[in-house]
Amino acid sequence: MGRPFGDREHLVRVALLFAGGFAVFLLLRALLVPEGFGVYGHFRVAALDANRQRPLVYAGRSACAECHSEEADLLRSGKHARVGCEACHGALARHAEDPAAQKAVRPDSRSVCLVCHEANRAKPAGFPKVVVADHAPQGSCADCHRPHAPTPQ
Amino acid sequence: MNEGRREFLQMSGHLLWLTGAAALAYDYVLAGEPEAAPNYKVTEHWWAMIIDVEKCIGCGNCVRACKEENDVPREPFYFRTWVERYHLPEGDLEHPVVDSPNGGYDGFPEKYREGDGSKNFFVPKLCNQCAHSPCVQVCPVGATFESPDGTVLVDKDYCLGCRYCVQACPYGCRFIDPRTNTVDKCNLCYHRITKGLTTACCEACPTGSRQLGDLKNPKDPIHEFLRTHKVQVLKPHMATGSKAYYNGLDGSVR
Repeated sequence: MGRPFGDREHLVRVALLFAGGFAVFLLLRALLVPEGFGVYGHFRVAALDANRQRPLVYAGRSACAECHSEEADLLRSGKHARVGCEACHGALARHAEDPAAQKAVRPDSRSVCLVCHEANRAKPAGFPKVVVADHAPQGSCADCHRPHAPTPQ
Repeated sequence: MNEGRREFLQMSGHLLWLTGAAALAYDYVLAGEPEAAPNYKVTEHWWAMIIDVEKCIGCGNCVRACKEENDVPREPFYFRTWVERYHLPEGDLEHPVVDSPNGGYDGFPEKYREGDGSKNFFVPKLCNQCAHSPCVQVCPVGATFESPDGTVLVDKDYCLGCRYCVQACPYGCRFIDPRTNTVDKCNLCYHRITKGLTTACCEACPTGSRQLGDLKNPKDPIHEFLRTHKVQVLKPHMATGSKAYYNGLDGSVR
């Protein structure tokens, strides 16, 4: 056995080695690790905000009801209470922002109703379905049914 | 002399370990407070989704709404959410016939005969927002991650487009966006739910088959639903910690 740390010089060298290693680590860390990395986990915090940066396309039914309260109340009273406005009228966030910027469309009832109500064997048993060719070969569904509160008339 | 050198090197080696420990400690010190997000506290939510298979009518509203809201490529093979139709000859859970024409974007034209003794139903699919997500584990650069609010998100600025996560997802929920060559997936309409809105698919679903829920909000109706229904997640044997809870899920669904 020798005397590895008999000399002060050796201790200083080790200390310098340690300090140098730490400095290199700090430098690499500053250069390589992106900002905000590791605050919540193995990712950048800024990515959370990046995911939030997208304009709305669907306004949501509560935004519709702010102006169209009559239609919203009628809708809530009937069998279509669960159906959102934009499920039939299309995405209308720009309209909700500025009614002049985007016009809501009145959908063609014959096509829009059948998206849901055309018979299909995979649809649940309790759901109201028709084979439209038998049920009403011609005309608009709205001739007989009120789309906002489709109780039998 | 030689022995002295050897011991010196050994000791240096030990001290190098200490350097690593000091580095870790310093890292811990540096991890300060997260950036303040106005009105939305990322640690106060834990998002999940209920999917009631017995209410799905296969109308495709969710698929169309999702593509529009999130600017998903319109080619018929890119989806953040899609709907599958299952067709089971009687009792044969092992061999369901599954189809999903354009992911259900254009609905499902009837193609099965009446009275053939089969069982038919729709199953909506989307990212399961796993709490222990396989896709996160394989990402080599930390570009896909589990957010503290329970959503699995993608950092598009750091995604390499290496496709590991696309292969790792057991539910097939990821794709490479051909415009950016980075990965894309359902982020549970993160831009909407952080503003207090529901997702586009839930907004457009006419039957309430899909419902967004916040498991950290004690007043959220999701708690009542989970208590009173027999729910299941997809591929529970994979222990992904999926938070897409299916009600009325058939055993044949993969």
